Amino acid sequence: MQNGNITTFDSPEVRSLRPRRLWQFSIARIGRGLFRLLFTVRGLGAFALITLGVIFTKFGSARRLIRPLVYHEMARASVRLAPMFLFVSAGLGLLVIGQTVSWLTRVGAINYLGPVMVVVVFRELGPLLTAFLVLARIGTANVVELGTARAMGEVEALEALGIDPVHYLVFPRVLGMALGVFTMTVYLILGALASGWLWAFLQDVPLRPTQYIHQVAGALRGLDFALLALKTLAFGFIIAIVTCYHGLAQPLRLEEVSHATVRAVAQSVVACVLIDALFISIYLAVS
Amino acid sequence: MNPEPSQPSVPAIQMEGVVVGSLRDQRAVVAEEINWTVHPGEFWVIAGLQGSGKADFLMMTGGLMGPLGGSYRFFGEPMPIFEGARLQHRLRLGLVFESGQLFNQLTVRENVALPLCYHRNLSQADAVGAAGAMLDLLGLTALAETTPGALGGNWLKRAGLARALMLRPELLLLANPLAGLDLRHGQWWLEFLGKLSCGHPLYGGRPITLALTTSDIRPWTGLGCRFAVLKDGRLSVIGPEAEFNGETRYLLADLIPETKRDG
Repeated sequence: MQNGNITTFDSPEVRSLRPRRLWQFSIARIGRGLFRLLFTVRGLGAFALITLGVIFTKFGSARRLIRPLVYHEMARASVRLAPMFLFVSAGLGLLVIGQTVSWLTRVGAINYLGPVMVVVVFRELGPLLTAFLVLARIGTANVVELGTARAMGEVEALEALGIDPVHYLVFPRVLGMALGVFTMTVYLILGALASGWLWAFLQDVPLRPTQYIHQVAGALRGLDFALLALKTLAFGFIIAIVTCYHGLAQPLRLEEVSHATVRAVAQSVVACVLIDALFISIYLAVS
Repeated sequence: MNPEPSQPSVPAIQMEGVVVGSLRDQRAVVAEEINWTVHPGEFWVIAGLQGSGKADFLMMTGGLMGPLGGSYRFFGEPMPIFEGARLQHRLRLGLVFESGQLFNQLTVRENVALPLCYHRNLSQADAVGAAGAMLDLLGLTALAETTPGALGGNWLKRAGLARALMLRPELLLLANPLAGLDLRHGQWWLEFLGKLSCGHPLYGGRPITLALTTSDIRPWTGLGCRFAVLKDGRLSVIGPEAEFNGETRYLLADLIPETKRDG
């Protein structure tokens, strides 16, 4: 009667097996995860290199067809997102200024409002928030569009017509998104700085616009502009590469498109944070 | 219907000991030991039941994937061709998919104009004239501004044919062209392909090479086609209808039900 009894699972034999199995299971799980990570990094790296190769070798070819596609992607990742970014920049100004003004007034350091805005909005929050918003609005659409095209055999149709799918589908998205993230970051930063002063004004902070502009300009250095441009272009490039890779580089069935989208978003976020950390390290090392 | 083609020295397709993989999993073997030669101007029908690997065989022949083994030459050039330097050679081949495989975000006209825009560096506006003539020829003018999502299967397939013909390929591969068509459209396809095979004005009266797959050979008999059967992972080349014999009839038993009854 011992079979099926609860004591069967609590016997000394089973107890001796349990920790080892758990240990083995954990190691196997970590190992699988590591291998998956390595394969993904390898695949993304290869895809990025292929894309760069196509950008350099086919930059001018079929330009009457490709150039409108680049403009379309740029508009999609910038102009069409303008209303959302206006709202977010106003919110960001309030968020940073609303908190900062109250604290700086208490300690009598309101003259630091400009530098704080530069560090928080210009260097960090502006580029990263823009990248996440573009990822949410356009990156996800990329995976769905390309994944569906792949699942419906459209990529094979392009190859059958002698059209390079990376040139026709990825090239415009990479250029459009890199320039789009850069443009929208500038837009978001300017909006946040303007709304920041507005919120300060509404809180009766004794800060004239010229004084505020002077503070902000004084806190900025040439390196800030260079790193902002490089960082935002890198964000746009990496989001486009990750989303296009998950939509295009592997054979997909329609039911797999949603999983590919989730994977692409998670990996894009991780990649952007890593790039941001890299740029912070560069900034700290140089300054 | 098909005139006896001349036999120039370079075959359009030459396969020797070819092993075909699957497009979804290229390590999986779909068919092997394929020896098949197609001369310019010939009209071939590759018959096989569903799941026999016709689609993968056609995709491999179309250069979308390489053979897993053996040698495959297209007009003397090793296939597949992915390099830009040999692209012009690659464009001598056209492929028509079973469902048309049109690009959903483009209209029918834009789909048909796309190969011209890409390979001749034309804008959509510049390619409209050439695309319009092709749409007219294939009876698609009324549907030119429609997107593929709003088209029925009959027209999708015909638009896929129009797109494939835009670059005037010398060899046209077609995946199951009559599958799912109503009687009127089926008849149109038989007549149009017959004209292409004999010499269509589109090609200045010059016959082009055709190879298509089917799971029912009955519509293709009496057209002067050559036949091959893909069965149990092997391609059995039969030849013209006149050469059908007892062994052939065994191979075709599943594809012509009457043969099974007679035999």
